[in-house]
Amino acid sequence: MAAVTSAPVDTSAALVQAATSLLDWVVIAPVALPILGGALLMMVRHRTHLHAAVTFAVLLATLVSTLMLLSRVVGDGALVMTMGRWLPPFGISFTADVLGASFAAAATFATSAAAVFALRDIDATGRRYGFYPFLLLMIAGVNGAFLTGDLFNLYVWFEVFVISSFGLLILGSERRQIDGAVKYAVLNLIATTVFLITIGYLYGVFGTLNMADIARKADGLRENGPLMTIATLFLLAFGMKAAAFPLNFWLPASYHTPRIVTSAMFGGLLTKVGVYALLRTFTTLFPVERAILSDVIAVVAILTMVLGALGALAQSDTRRIVGFVVISGIGTMLAGLAIGSPLALTGTVLYAVHSILIMTALYLVVGLMREAAGSFSLHDLGGLYRSHPLLAAMMLAMVLAAAGLPPLSGLWPKVVLVKAAIEGNAWWLTAAILVSSVLTTIVLGRVFALAFWRPEQDTSLRSQTRPIDAVAGYGTVFVLLVPAVWIGLWPEPFLHVAGLAAAGLSDPAAYIGSVFAAQGGS
Amino acid sequence: MQTVIFRTAAPYLASLMVMFSVFVLLRGHNEPGGGFIGGLIAASAFAIYGIACGVTPVRRALYFHPMAIAGFGLFLSTVAGLASLAMGVPFLTGLWTEVHLLGVTLDLSTVLFFDFGVYFVVVGAITSIALALEEREED
Repeated sequence: MAAVTSAPVDTSAALVQAATSLLDWVVIAPVALPILGGALLMMVRHRTHLHAAVTFAVLLATLVSTLMLLSRVVGDGALVMTMGRWLPPFGISFTADVLGASFAAAATFATSAAAVFALRDIDATGRRYGFYPFLLLMIAGVNGAFLTGDLFNLYVWFEVFVISSFGLLILGSERRQIDGAVKYAVLNLIATTVFLITIGYLYGVFGTLNMADIARKADGLRENGPLMTIATLFLLAFGMKAAAFPLNFWLPASYHTPRIVTSAMFGGLLTKVGVYALLRTFTTLFPVERAILSDVIAVVAILTMVLGALGALAQSDTRRIVGFVVISGIGTMLAGLAIGSPLALTGTVLYAVHSILIMTALYLVVGLMREAAGSFSLHDLGGLYRSHPLLAAMMLAMVLAAAGLPPLSGLWPKVVLVKAAIEGNAWWLTAAILVSSVLTTIVLGRVFALAFWRPEQDTSLRSQTRPIDAVAGYGTVFVLLVPAVWIGLWPEPFLHVAGLAAAGLSDPAAYIGSVFAAQGGS
Repeated sequence: MQTVIFRTAAPYLASLMVMFSVFVLLRGHNEPGGGFIGGLIAASAFAIYGIACGVTPVRRALYFHPMAIAGFGLFLSTVAGLASLAMGVPFLTGLWTEVHLLGVTLDLSTVLFFDFGVYFVVVGAITSIALALEEREED
């Protein structure tokens, strides 16, 4: 045998002893599969004809794994895997609860649809610059952020998807894109720096980064530790990530510059990661601080909702309009966090899933309008109702969904949020949600009236149009609309899952117990 | 930087540094060192070679594109983590084995391959950046 230089140390007491079954791997598959796929595509970066096929295969497998994970956590509660077998809080835990799993499933679904849209939107040069590897690494980062149970690991996944999104943002290297990317990069890096500083501060106070461990230690440290400061700093960092007022200015400055499919993924996914992080930190980790800050969050929510919708009214570029609609939706989600009751959180979770689907689809519809009419500007668009009735139907569905009108997915989360706001005696939040819905109806109704009902404005733009593809055009929007209509017409299963997610947030005992089960509960 | 002394010394210096980077990488198994620092040393070797002799010879000598090397490293590290799939232990758990080869006992582990992956990611990414910057200088 080999000469052993030091006596072997028995480490079995520090290791997870329970066997990991093959099915437990669904908790890591939504992250590991896209990373493998992205790495593979980097290796064959010049064979761009392979990229789309590999991406679809990987995304499909990822989608299946997220759905398996969701069905499993809905049935059995949170699923934990601790990396490297070291016992938590020393090993980094991946902790998938209903909230994380449902967000990951929705995000992967929206990304898959966007990847199909990219078949037409991204040319050979874009593929050569690595559109598909960036896409896979971005979804790996987003899924990682949704599923990790460790605060520093959350920061790492933020970095993974932010770096990938830089690559997607400047694909094409136009002057305008660099300009948008600089604003996006600087402000996002400021937000992640604040996040990192806060983590350092938190580690100094708690001595742990495992979220479940923080949650169970928070009560004991509340007397002496500066938890309020930490919570406020988190609100600042994640509020910036989520594009909440007054830290939302980076979004309209950058989201209209890249390819439309990139805008679609950003608008659908990235701000929602900020909302997820807010939900996680303010309900699982710092519920008491959330209650103290609830008035601040409520004011931020109202201003984000109303000013987002008003900002959209002032724009004429359809992409910028959608950017402001995304911001307005963030305000609606924050309203649920401000109220904080399980019912309100149910509304927020369902609204976030709806927003992932609909904001992605809305950007894609705007891209299709550009293909059909040759322009993004409301000054030039017109006559689309006559030439593209199917597109008009899809845009109408978008108007209804984003404004929260039946029969689409926007209705039920807003109903739940309004109900929760009335129960919480927050009449001004109720008013703000309703006012912002009316404003959103006006915003998107204006787009519909000008682009579809108005006669064609400028026939010279016809040279810039191209026929809309049945699969990579209409098909992707249709696929995103299917669950949106489903939520609108038959919301019970979705409300049930969102209710489970909210219950897991309101009462973190199960979340904590799942992480520390191996050590007998605590 | 096209002085005769530097251009003559650079190939030797670069090859020594690459050898040293492999030594640091393997040494990191049980002692200070490892994939990250080893990768940095190798990347600086390629950067020096590029400064002295131009970027084209470096690209030719590397054969693979630096980004492809980085992609291979990421792939290798992830696969090293997935190896524990078969053993019923969590992702990224270190698995150890001994291989007897020609009378020499070789300690092999998934940790080692993970470190190789880190090495390639760092070599690929940093070399890619360094070469791009050096190319810009020649314009």
